[in-house]
Amino acid sequence: MSDETQNPLREAIEDAIGSNDVILFMKGTPDQPMCGFSARTAAALQSLEVPFAAVDILPDPRIRQELSALSNWPTIPQLFVRGELVGGADIVAEMYESGELAQLLGAEQPDAAPAQAEAAQPAPLSIENRLG
Amino acid sequence: MTTSMATKEELKERIEAAIAGARAEVRGDDGHHFEAVVTAPAFAGLSRIAQHRLVYDVFDGELGGRIHALALQTKAD
Repeated sequence: MSDETQNPLREAIEDAIGSNDVILFMKGTPDQPMCGFSARTAAALQSLEVPFAAVDILPDPRIRQELSALSNWPTIPQLFVRGELVGGADIVAEMYESGELAQLLGAEQPDAAPAQAEAAQPAPLSIENRLG
Repeated sequence: MTTSMATKEELKERIEAAIAGARAEVRGDDGHHFEAVVTAPAFAGLSRIAQHRLVYDVFDGELGGRIHALALQTKAD
């Protein structure tokens, strides 16, 4: 417990992943995302009406550092379901559109979702850069 | 140390050189944001996470830095 080599921040992240069935590490918050990739990922979860925990990684750069070291995944957002990394924005978008995400989360795919998702996507990916 | 701007040609070359049999289509002209569709026999049987990791590993340490964003789609052959 008093082992100095332990890393309290890493432990807090592990604990958050372990104690939340669905947890999204993102830039900003679901209501105020600070990056287009985080916004898309949070919106997919919200449209499935699945409760999820969200952690804003922006306030402290060490959160991202520790998270990526832990998950071996370089980018943000990162979605974990039942302790496992599911993916970042691209994978979550693909899984949302195919219905796999709803299945994984035990949610119902909203009827309108595929059409909406397609309507929202035909333009080439708009990549926003609002990195602080 | 000088770091030259990344180009889609560079990304394509590096992905195809690093992953056996891979074919990459890379878009993006601003030097920082790219989109890639990568097809490789090596992806067969791997989860999406594992497929993306193979590509991310090519740019170890550069993603989020020199290469600000790489939107990725992977397909097994």
